[in-house]
Amino acid sequence: MKFPLLLEQGEFFDRKQTNDLVMKLENSKTIFTLASATSIKKQWQGHLLAIAIVAALLIVTIVATAAVGSTSIPLSTVCSILLDRLPFIHLSPTWTESLETIVVDIRLPRVVMAGLTGAALAVAGATYQGLFRNPLADPYLIGVAQGAALGAVAGFLLPTPWQNMSVPIFAFIGALSAVAIVYSVAKVGKTLPLTTLVLAGVAIGALFAAITSYLMFASGEKLHGVLSWLLGTFSLAAWWQVTVIAPYVVAGIIAIWLFARPLNVMQLDEEQAQQLGVDVEKVKLYLLAAATLITAAAVCFCGVIGFVGIVVPHAVRIIWGPDHRFLLPLATFAGAALLILADTAARSLLSPTEIPIGVITAFLGAPFFLYLLRQKKRMIF
Amino acid sequence: MMSLSLHKVSLGYGRHPVVQDVSFEAVQGEMLGIIGPNGSGKSTLIRGISRTIHTASGKIILNGKDVSKFHRLDLAQMIAVVPQNPSLPELFTAQEVVMMGRTPYLGLFRYEGEKDMEIVRKAMASTHTLELANRRVADLSGGERQRLVIARALAQQPKVLLLDEPIAHLDINHQIEILNLIRQLCHEELLIAVMAVHDLNIAAQYCSRLIMLSNGKVFCEGMPQDVITPENIRQVYGANVYVYSHPSNNLPVTLIFSEGQEAAVKKHRF
Repeated sequence: MKFPLLLEQGEFFDRKQTNDLVMKLENSKTIFTLASATSIKKQWQGHLLAIAIVAALLIVTIVATAAVGSTSIPLSTVCSILLDRLPFIHLSPTWTESLETIVVDIRLPRVVMAGLTGAALAVAGATYQGLFRNPLADPYLIGVAQGAALGAVAGFLLPTPWQNMSVPIFAFIGALSAVAIVYSVAKVGKTLPLTTLVLAGVAIGALFAAITSYLMFASGEKLHGVLSWLLGTFSLAAWWQVTVIAPYVVAGIIAIWLFARPLNVMQLDEEQAQQLGVDVEKVKLYLLAAATLITAAAVCFCGVIGFVGIVVPHAVRIIWGPDHRFLLPLATFAGAALLILADTAARSLLSPTEIPIGVITAFLGAPFFLYLLRQKKRMIF
Repeated sequence: MMSLSLHKVSLGYGRHPVVQDVSFEAVQGEMLGIIGPNGSGKSTLIRGISRTIHTASGKIILNGKDVSKFHRLDLAQMIAVVPQNPSLPELFTAQEVVMMGRTPYLGLFRYEGEKDMEIVRKAMASTHTLELANRRVADLSGGERQRLVIARALAQQPKVLLLDEPIAHLDINHQIEILNLIRQLCHEELLIAVMAVHDLNIAAQYCSRLIMLSNGKVFCEGMPQDVITPENIRQVYGANVYVYSHPSNNLPVTLIFSEGQEAAVKKHRF
């Protein structure tokens, strides 16, 4: 680096020469920054732009998919209906009331529900992959799915007076208790070794799955309902469901966003993270709890939807890099958009028949994943 | 005056003590070498001082305060560790890895600013890693990764630098460069450096004092010429070596010889 020397000499030059020198210095500085390291500001600008673009795409997706369905509604009408619903905006209605009911009370809750679920699964997937430092981790790694499934089946089979609530409540409780059992089995003293956690998750998951299979086998004419829940569906989505899960999902996602930097440091390994001042056990417990909570909230109404939690974080990581401060928000919006699109395909491709959403996500997700894998073999993690 | 002292420290995993009753003191500006055969407890000792494992008994005192009483972030501002074979996330860039060294100052939630960037650049410049800044870790060689980890430790701006085989993967040029840098930091910034090292010649050349461990206990301690003797090495390592004094500074130089080779040379001669 030569410029300190140049500066010292600059003191003896006249004004014009000094100006020239400053110009030269500016130039050499830019070259220096370009050659060595991007400044923090530039890095942030680039990534914030990416987040803004993906968020904008999500909004476009929401509006566009609300226009898709058996009754065809023009996009402009959908826009007006939705704009009218925003605070402080009042448009004179040029649409019929039935159109408004279709958009606002039938299609929109379904779209929002799919969005919340997609966002939750993508963020939980990214969190688990980061925590376990394993690209194959998904939100169902430590027993959430099997616990939720057992709970849901129990909810279908047990005679309760409030049938439409019993399945989600039982699924939610089942998911959380499965993870709680896995956690307490895997804990060694004050530490939680992640390999033990995964193995305990596999064992407990297998046990829960066996009980679920038996209950399904014995369930008789209720089997169809159970199966359609297991494959995932948004066909029963309603606003009240959104209001039930939204607080958990939104709070959980924001809580995880806040821990993006420690999660970055934990990509080193637990020992190095500790030596850099991170309280590894606390961060692990906190992130596991938050990711489990949002996954449980996401699956309890709509069933266990696969592939979103594994494909979305991967795609984001490959396109925008591994920094969780950007990865987590990007995965949130991209996951929401992807599941909304998948659900739109599920309800409109073979209309009036519905395709289970899990089938669609697997069909979309698996080839995309393989494509990325072939493109950048080394860049997966 | 900064000081780091160990008082009858025992460390272990589970019930097996790996380090037993180790006591020593290191002062500012000093480069202390820890030598000993494989499994003699060098790495465990470094883990213990950095509090990644808890002491079974004894006390580690840093600047008059028990290490176990520090908050983790405060401790990480004081002690930086260069671990042996550290795993680094492949997709992160070199600069991002060095920036992780600022974690103790930023806490969990604060994001880095231009001042941190300045410190990171300086650390990278002094370890010759600045030109790697935007490369991904996956594309770096073993030696480049090692220098990156040292840069990260420097970005922590520590008072104590713990190094576990810091030069094991480096070629002779980078070995000298890194060791000179560490020695320079010790002298100029008055750091305490504690370095576990295999290579007896490097230990003798760079460390002002050596501690020789044998089966987790201090076998002997002192100036390089007092510690590195054929007799000590035979007892601790079970190896027969020659020890000469270095032609330029009289520090001990250890030479090995293979007995088969000696026979071959004799045969050739007669």
